[in-house]
Amino acid sequence: MNAFEWVNATTVDEALGQMGSTSLLKAGGVDVLDRLKEGLDAPKRLVNIRNIKGLDRIEGDTATGLRIGPLVTLAQLDVHPVVRQSFTALADAAGHAATPQIRNMATAGGNLLQRPRCWYFRSRDFHCLKKGGETCFAQKGENQYHAIFRNDVCAIVHPSALGTALVALGGSLELTGPRGKRVVRAEEFFTLPAVAVDRENSLGADEIVTLIVVPPLVSGSRSAYTKLGEKESFDWPIAEVAVVVERSGVNVSRASIVLGAAAPVPYRAVAAEKVLVGKPLDDASARTAAKAALEGATPLSGNGYKTTLFETVIRRTLLEAGGAK
Amino acid sequence: MQDATKPTRKEKFKVGIAGGSMTEVEYEIPASEPPVLPPNAELSVIGKRTPRLDGRLKVTGAARYTADVKLPGMLHGRVVGATVPHARIRSIDVSAAEKAPGVRAVYVHERLMGSAVVSDKTKELSSNYPIVRYAGQPIAAVAATTPQAAEDAAKLVKIDYEVLPFVVDADDARKPGAPLVFPAPADMAGTAGGGGGPAGVPQTGNVRGPVKGGMFGPPRGDVGKGFTEADVVVEGEFRTQVQTHCPLETHGVVADWKADGLTVYASTQGTSSVRDELAEVFGLPKTQVRVITEFMGGGFGAKFGAGNEGVLATHLSKKAGAPVKLMLDRRTEHLSAGNRPSSHQILRVGAKKDGSLTAIHLLNYGTAGVGTGAGAGGPAQNMYDCPAVMTEEADVFVNAGPAAAFRAPGHPQGCFALEQVIDEVAEKLNIDPLALRDKIDSNEARRTERRLGAERVGWSKRKAPGSDAGPVKRGLGVAQSVWYRFTDMDSSCEVRITRDGSVELLSGVQDIGGGIRTALAQVVAEELGLKASDITIRIGDTAFPNGPASGGSVTTNSITPAARNAAYLVKMQLAALVATDLGVPAADVLMRAGKVEAKTGGKSMTFRQAAKHLKTEQISSLATRSPNYSDGKRVFDKYGGVQFVEVSVDTETGVIHVDRVVAVHDCGRPINPLGVESQVNGGVLQGISYALYENRQLDRNTGLMVNPNLEQYKILGSKETPVIETIIIEEYRGRSSTDAGGIGEPATVPTAAAIANAVYNATGVRMREIPMTPARVLAALAAARKEGART
Ligand SMILES: Cc1cc2nc3c(=O)[nH]c(=O)nc-3n(C[C@H](O)[C@H](O)[C@H](O)COP(=O)(O)OP(=O)(O)OC[C@H]3O[C@@H](n4cnc5c(N)ncnc54)[C@H](O)[C@@H]3O)c2cc1C
Ligand code: SF4
Repeated sequence: MNAFEWVNATTVDEALGQMGSTSLLKAGGVDVLDRLKEGLDAPKRLVNIRNIKGLDRIEGDTATGLRIGPLVTLAQLDVHPVVRQSFTALADAAGHAATPQIRNMATAGGNLLQRPRCWYFRSRDFHCLKKGGETCFAQKGENQYHAIFRNDVCAIVHPSALGTALVALGGSLELTGPRGKRVVRAEEFFTLPAVAVDRENSLGADEIVTLIVVPPLVSGSRSAYTKLGEKESFDWPIAEVAVVVERSGVNVSRASIVLGAAAPVPYRAVAAEKVLVGKPLDDASARTAAKAALEGATPLSGNGYKTTLFETVIRRTLLEAGGAK
Repeated sequence: MQDATKPTRKEKFKVGIAGGSMTEVEYEIPASEPPVLPPNAELSVIGKRTPRLDGRLKVTGAARYTADVKLPGMLHGRVVGATVPHARIRSIDVSAAEKAPGVRAVYVHERLMGSAVVSDKTKELSSNYPIVRYAGQPIAAVAATTPQAAEDAAKLVKIDYEVLPFVVDADDARKPGAPLVFPAPADMAGTAGGGGGPAGVPQTGNVRGPVKGGMFGPPRGDVGKGFTEADVVVEGEFRTQVQTHCPLETHGVVADWKADGLTVYASTQGTSSVRDELAEVFGLPKTQVRVITEFMGGGFGAKFGAGNEGVLATHLSKKAGAPVKLMLDRRTEHLSAGNRPSSHQILRVGAKKDGSLTAIHLLNYGTAGVGTGAGAGGPAQNMYDCPAVMTEEADVFVNAGPAAAFRAPGHPQGCFALEQVIDEVAEKLNIDPLALRDKIDSNEARRTERRLGAERVGWSKRKAPGSDAGPVKRGLGVAQSVWYRFTDMDSSCEVRITRDGSVELLSGVQDIGGGIRTALAQVVAEELGLKASDITIRIGDTAFPNGPASGGSVTTNSITPAARNAAYLVKMQLAALVATDLGVPAADVLMRAGKVEAKTGGKSMTFRQAAKHLKTEQISSLATRSPNYSDGKRVFDKYGGVQFVEVSVDTETGVIHVDRVVAVHDCGRPINPLGVESQVNGGVLQGISYALYENRQLDRNTGLMVNPNLEQYKILGSKETPVIETIIIEEYRGRSSTDAGGIGEPATVPTAAAIANAVYNATGVRMREIPMTPARVLAALAAARKEGART
């Protein structure tokens, strides 16, 4: 770890004033600390935003939608009654990430903005494409945990569980910069390596996430989230799915199906969403949708098993949203 | 055999398994050793579940581990490791590092420890420095005033590599034309605890061997004939991965070089073996090297000698004239501090219709990286009664960190293959797996364990393979363990009684977490009629009488007899002092429940009152382990155990969950059943972790490890922890004054095999490679479906 200056910001403006190309924001610090220790980042200044007042609240309800401060912890989201009851996918995404200790420290903003866990990226030994090097070592290397979609340039999977749930729920992010605020839909916020391989989103270097917005739920819609890992304790998903299903009568009127641990961004399975519309949600339609979701997958040498996994996890998550659990 | 120059006497021992039928045997034992210890049921301290005496210190953080040691003026060391898997070093420039702020010494490594070396030195590549043969190989070390300064300075050491072709995949390394890890045949010295392979083995390319036969002798019988006589022959191919040790406390020392000698605090399994190695490397008399291990944060076989870190830290301390702490970081620990070798086994077993085995043949290629000792033949050679056994085993060199002894070297690997093939034989012969084992395993303890375990787990309700409807299938499987009763004769204790009635035991033996501190207190307390908490245990210091290294499950077996013998001798001294007062001869003085009294009743006094009779402030006795009691007919003992595992397999995701384990084990006389249970828990958990998760992942294109941390190197956690029910049997054989044995290793040997057999019972599909990840389970299920569709 390099030596750095520590700045405690108590307001968003103060934080903005301290930012620059050699500064790094620190919220819970879970990801930041890992990166500093491995020498992936060597900022001159660490700007602690943890103490900014007012950014740690969850407001709203089913009818108004949610306004979530970026400093809300994963642990808070997990147990918040409204989130749990009505925005189940979000609560479950938060509640299954990492470990209880980490969830107590980790913030929602930090979770969305954390850098990928590709083991080449995380090791100081590999100067890969994402770090400004020439090669994506995963393409012909050890890629069992890598992406099965959109993996041609850089094969990371987006690490954020909240990102997967937020895209499914149609959420957006409020970004505050020196020139004011802008709101970006989560789905557009996350960007593919083809856009810029050295980053995973469109946050400006001088911007801070100041609010996470989840729109109100259409009545009768339900969401669900599943994380499947090789093990449950202290581990990442090998397949992750968040779905929101709206119905009119027995038939599905709109579905949103988002895969995590599948692509460099939370990946919307648009084909699968279409399959469901106008059909009742049952085992047969869930199966067809799951199959459709995997069309166009381009697995690498070591992660073909993920297509089988996702078929199961998508089907099960859909059925859960359909009340079949 | 006992020492012929010392007086002996005869004693009658009841032998057998508690609860079963016992017989009596007579052994000649040294006259200085105590009378026969009755079975645990008749004792008051030994055999009672005793919470560890140091538990409070540990959970409150008061226990001082090596990582906690702080000495005045202490510097912090950091290892500089190779960043490439194979290279000749042209030059090393330490000038920038030496000038960096806070740096007090930089040392370039001259003698690499723990790896194989080219036997004929003239055939080694010419080089001014040790050849780099694995990424992470220690090259130099830096000592500075803070850990951060040392880390920063380490980055300034400039190494100019002439990069050489490398190979990290064991299958690739066997191919003709593969890059050579060593230019000529190489050998490695063995380590305490059973690591390292035999010396002088013929080598072709990267392949050393195969060697026929094993640790206990040449192959037996005629396997060719055995297979012709067999009614069924089962052959299977199995692969196991490289597992790294991952103790919570990494390898490390604090070395303090002074003019009058060297003191080293070490996270070690052997204070005596660290002392011996440092004395040898630095040309010091052993008496001038003091090694201290007060508390130790785990070791599974890789922490015996001084290690590269111990030698480097000592050089740095000598150079800087100050104590140096050097604890490896987690990455260096994974890369260079030992591992369990892989295996690629082809195992054939032949049997008669009645189940009796006719032949076992094992061919195994394993890699111990740049080390040797990848054998996995122990179970095939020693588990079952079989007239013909042939094992052929080869070490395959690759450019990766050297293996070291790891909790029952070779045995979890060997068991994974053997116990699955034995189950397949049972299935072919339509015999219950336990009934088959009763037929081919005459060991009385194992037979008892199978029976007790089957009753507890509900074996009779076991279903046919794959009989659950629905995607999640449950299954029950079994596998057995085998390990050996090794004894370290260099095991001594001193027991002292002081005039105030306090008692202490001193020995160099270290408590690596197994709980020997508590067991020793129990043994001394039993002999003196006191409570375990009355005894002060001072161990883990070579200034005390020599203790055994803790490897090979030897500790309790080796040191508790010495403790009891010393306690007995000092007790006789005390008895002589109070005999007149009690009005009986010393031999008739009894010590029990804190009292000293005449055997015949009558007068009695407290232990404290008795101690007041001391004519000097202190009396003391020293005793050393004597050879196992024998009538000349004793055979080399084996330990074992039988584990039953219940699993759930999600056949749509490939995720296996271990739900319940019933572990039935023997360890001679259990001194502290609670401690034994803890060891079984640890063995089972490490076994599950090995079976399902752990895997050292090397990048095929660069030869670098991609998961040298505890996040991507996956280890079982709380949610993967099943219900573990342990049954410990008491097996008395009159082997020593305590008749105690070991448990650390046998507890982890059968777990992976039992899981695999349970997965087969759940799904009807055999898993022949570990870790059994979802990817592998799904592939095996898919292959089986294809196979099913074809037939
Ligand atoms: C063993 C392990 C397992 C894990 N498993 C999972 C998992 O299964 N699913 C999952 O989703 N995560 C998982 N995580 C990751 C963990 O959830 C994240 O590291 C954590 O959420 C990061 O939050 P933080 O507040 O600590 O972020 P920090 O470390 O403080 O920051 C992370 C990044 O976000 C930036 N940042 C933070 N807040 C803001 C803001 N308001 N505006 C702009 N930028 C900001 C920081 O500059 C930094 O680059 C795991 C982590 C570990 C160690
Ligand atoms: S997947 Fe991306 S982060 Fe990983 S090695 Fe390739 S370029 Fe680097």
